[in-house]
Amino acid sequence: MQVVVNGEPRDVPAKTTVAELVQQLGFAGRRVAVEVNQDIVPRSEHALHRLADGDRIEVVAAIGGG
Amino acid sequence: MPHGALTDTQGFSSMSQTNDPLIVAGRSYGSRLLVGTGKYRDLDQTREAIEASGAEIVTVAIRRTNIGQNPGEPNLLDVIRPDRYTILPNTAGCYSAEDAVRTCRLARELLDGHDLVKLEVLGDETTLFPHIPETLKAARQLIDDGFKVMVYTNDDPVIARELGDMGCVAVMPLAAPIGSGLGIRNPYNIHFIVEEAKVPILVDAGVGTASDAAVAMELGCDGVLMNTAIAAARDPVLMASAMRKAIEAGREAFLAGRMPRKQYGSPSSPVGGTID
Repeated sequence: MQVVVNGEPRDVPAKTTVAELVQQLGFAGRRVAVEVNQDIVPRSEHALHRLADGDRIEVVAAIGGG
Repeated sequence: MPHGALTDTQGFSSMSQTNDPLIVAGRSYGSRLLVGTGKYRDLDQTREAIEASGAEIVTVAIRRTNIGQNPGEPNLLDVIRPDRYTILPNTAGCYSAEDAVRTCRLARELLDGHDLVKLEVLGDETTLFPHIPETLKAARQLIDDGFKVMVYTNDDPVIARELGDMGCVAVMPLAAPIGSGLGIRNPYNIHFIVEEAKVPILVDAGVGTASDAAVAMELGCDGVLMNTAIAAARDPVLMASAMRKAIEAGREAFLAGRMPRKQYGSPSSPVGGTID
């Protein structure tokens, strides 16, 4: 199925969880926050929340800023 | 302003550090200088400058992760650790209340429920002046959602009062456009805002050098938030140290109360007793 991660289309296996996506992206164990279709998915639910075709996902982190 | 409380028997030198804390959202801070983490050469320079500044509240931006980045690459929060600093996530780059509120919710999730945020809703890409209607709307929504909001605004005393009355934990008027380094463009407005304030007032944006920071503090501001003035200096770590001193000097000068201005000269030495 196809999802959109940070504005870029991405193919992922059906029923991929948020935790699996975060791992595929190389951010496992890193401090990131995830939003699916504009709703926050708390870290405690990453392993439970399954993505659906067409989901729009934002994965954000803290960077330098004023 | 707590003049009376500060003229007790405590030693003067310890005053700015211990008896005169900045209190934001019920928490005390020894430093009245808040700093950003943008525009530094690298994370080492970021860390060194922030240490030299003495700041305890440090702003960060929330952005999409860079997919495909080297997973071993150090992360800002590994260097500016949340157990050592009060991290102040900002909504920089947001031009609507909706985006600002979303960004704050992401920040709260990112920082394990941390609810202190810097709200900044921009209204113009050239001046980076704040969009006040959207700022008021976002502040209301964030306060209702349990956030403690430190809000970036323009130097309009009426808007500053409105934001304070609404329940923002600090109101942060600009001194000049973000990143401009033009200094305090309207000291009279900043003074009016301070005079009426019921919450801490911090100058946020526009400071260019140490004297600008001292002027803000002499006007009675509770603190100053800056980024570019330090990061874009030729030697950011040295400028961070200068800013720390300027904030302390300005604060002490404000508490000390400046002498009245006079139109003519007034001799400092006795007039009588001079030799013939």
